[in-house]
Amino acid sequence: MFDVLVVGGGIVGSAVARECALEGWRVGVVGGGNLSGSATAAGMGHLVVMDDSPAQLALTAYSRSLWRGMAQRLPKTAEYDGCGTIWVAADEEELIEARAKCAVYEGMGIEARMLSSAELSEAEPHLRKRLAGGLIVPEDGVIYPPAAAQYFLGEAKRLGAEVVGLRAVSAAHGEVRLADGSVLTAERIVLAVGTDCTLLPSLPIQGRKGHLVITDRYPGVVRHQLVELGYLKSAHKLTEDSVAFNVQPRPTGQLMIGSSRQYGGTSAEIEPAMLRRMLDRTMEYMPGLGQLSGLRAWTGFRAATPDKLPLIGQAAGLSEDESLWLAVGFEGLGITNAPGAARLLVDGMKGRTGAIDATPYLAARMCRQVGVVYA
Amino acid sequence: MSAAIRTEVLVVGAGPAGIAAATAAAEGDCKVIVLDDNRKAGGQIWREGSVAVQEQEKDSKKRRALERLQRSGAELRTRRTVFAATAGFVDALQETVAGSVTERIEFEQLILATGARERWLPFPGWTLPGVFGAGGLQALVRSGFPVKGKRVVVAGTGPLLLAVAAHLASDGAFVSAIVEQAPLGKLMKFAVSLWRQPGKWIQGARYRASVGKTAYRTGCWVVEAIAADHGQELRAVRLTDGKRTWTEACDLLACGYHLVPNTEIAELLGCTFEGDAVRVDADQRTSIAHVFCVGEPTGIAGIDAALAEGEVAGLACAGKSRDSLSARVITERAFGNRLQRTFALRGELRSLAKADTIVCRCEDVRFADVRGHAGWSDIKLQTRCGMGPCQGRVCGPAIDFVLGCKPASVRQPLYPVPLQALCSSLTEMNEI
Repeated sequence: MFDVLVVGGGIVGSAVARECALEGWRVGVVGGGNLSGSATAAGMGHLVVMDDSPAQLALTAYSRSLWRGMAQRLPKTAEYDGCGTIWVAADEEELIEARAKCAVYEGMGIEARMLSSAELSEAEPHLRKRLAGGLIVPEDGVIYPPAAAQYFLGEAKRLGAEVVGLRAVSAAHGEVRLADGSVLTAERIVLAVGTDCTLLPSLPIQGRKGHLVITDRYPGVVRHQLVELGYLKSAHKLTEDSVAFNVQPRPTGQLMIGSSRQYGGTSAEIEPAMLRRMLDRTMEYMPGLGQLSGLRAWTGFRAATPDKLPLIGQAAGLSEDESLWLAVGFEGLGITNAPGAARLLVDGMKGRTGAIDATPYLAARMCRQVGVVYA
Repeated sequence: MSAAIRTEVLVVGAGPAGIAAATAAAEGDCKVIVLDDNRKAGGQIWREGSVAVQEQEKDSKKRRALERLQRSGAELRTRRTVFAATAGFVDALQETVAGSVTERIEFEQLILATGARERWLPFPGWTLPGVFGAGGLQALVRSGFPVKGKRVVVAGTGPLLLAVAAHLASDGAFVSAIVEQAPLGKLMKFAVSLWRQPGKWIQGARYRASVGKTAYRTGCWVVEAIAADHGQELRAVRLTDGKRTWTEACDLLACGYHLVPNTEIAELLGCTFEGDAVRVDADQRTSIAHVFCVGEPTGIAGIDAALAEGEVAGLACAGKSRDSLSARVITERAFGNRLQRTFALRGELRSLAKADTIVCRCEDVRFADVRGHAGWSDIKLQTRCGMGPCQGRVCGPAIDFVLGCKPASVRQPLYPVPLQALCSSLTEMNEI
């Protein structure tokens, strides 16, 4: 009998396992260490404060502060790098948007500063000239998600958590049935299952496919995570496939290039047309990148909820089962939000007040939002 | 990307199999394009450059094949690297003086003649300067790398070792030992089995005779390459027969453990496999009806199998009968099976790597890092093994043999390409 069984061993499941183990609970992680097909294996690993909504801003800011707090303890393989984000404004309209974003960040006590066109060009010489300017968020960073997940899982194991390699075929009422027919029992079950809704079909989650490309090593060509402000427009679209300029310098000197967002479809295959659209967009912002050698391309699926906020806490609202807890639906922010979500979840289990208000992430909101129209 | 080129038959690879396939298809009145990533047609075995004395007959065979290819009307496009493929077209990158250009070639039928590469296994010291692949050193020598007066140990497994040793000796190298891991018993059986194929026997005997003074040590293998004191230069290799070990001084080591087929395009297209080989029918047709596969990717069996299978596929594309060739293909396939049995790798080779032996040179991954993971994707994600420019082509087969897990997926781009090659061309951009 476990206190908590975590189903899913991606970065969120691993972070939850560690947080539970820190409480001294008896913890099991089902599917732990198996990252194949997960967003943890596919994602960029951008640790970023986002302000789509006050709730998203609160969770990303909180989580980022947790990452920064543990940066020194992370293994070298986790490749933590506080390179900062620059939001690139192509024109006056985007510059206005950048200023508004800057004001929001400042209001939250998050360091952020406007860059003039010349300052932007100096900070990132390979960006095309005559861009309107930018917003730099110096405390954002990047991480290598598979190694970070392994670190969390390793910490959990060190604290006594048990890793179960088998897949779960059902999880309800304190019982997790494994692929070999055996059953594990626990007081609480946490579903950290990414896009896989088979264990709880009422999960309102859809996979949003993304493509990424990585280059050979070109140290110093890009210095910050660069994202076009148009990204927000792209990310907000709910029905239409879109691409946005998004380039990340890896500590290896490699450049990771995104991003695309697609709806519908479950095939993980690379779609050359989508890849082409994405890279065309990259070249609009950094024409010189065309000469760089692209090593690999891959795809992944973001686990998206209808209101673009994750589900953290008891499953009430989606399930009557009181043993079920959720840590899913992070869309593109699962890596950033993993430590914050893990802590909020455990705060909820302990019935204590957390560092931020947990209400916006509760599944209970889903019953109220049926039929809501998204702008 | 420039405008698409169309052809009836597209052959990828201009080694013996691809040349035979293209020639047969073009002689059967098909419009044929052949792509190859090298400067000249010929593949690895008919690689351009200097030729050993013992290989002059082989060379005239090559010349005749190339002349016939040219007469056939098939269009040869070299320096093209295929980096993406679908059921209807391939994208190839052409390196030119002015930079790289991408071509899309649409086909009705596709023949994959992508050949094989050397298998390499990790052992201490393999990354020292002076250590080469066996075929790798031969290719260097063909393009002018000087070996005159150098002491060379040729090691590993497979019939290639004798050919390489003969070539090195003919270029003035002193081949001090040929070290074959297969045991004498298996090799004798193999030699006896060649009585039906005297050509192969004679070729082998010629190679052997040309390095007559060199010891041919069977059932032996390299356990370590040793650097000079305070140096990074190769000084000697440590050899073993499993019971005793000894040191053999040398300036160069040419070491290759037979061949692994290049099957990336077939995998990308979703062809069915049988083990490591692409499954084909008697027409060399894969599980995809308009895609054929010939030569080493259907199972390592050497040049004669490649030539016969290539011709079969070419004839099939042209709708001609290939009945006269069936017997030859069957004989050569049987030879391939005997090759596989004779030169199967011994288990001891799995334990050569030490904790600090590099297994992935692209990403500097050590053997200790890759042990104890759940499978290839776990190894790759947690250690970066196979994530570098070679995409696991070198370390993948080695790790498959040593740890028993295979690279899981093949995706485009199959080779590193300038990002530009994956973008729209200017004309396409203007259309939008």
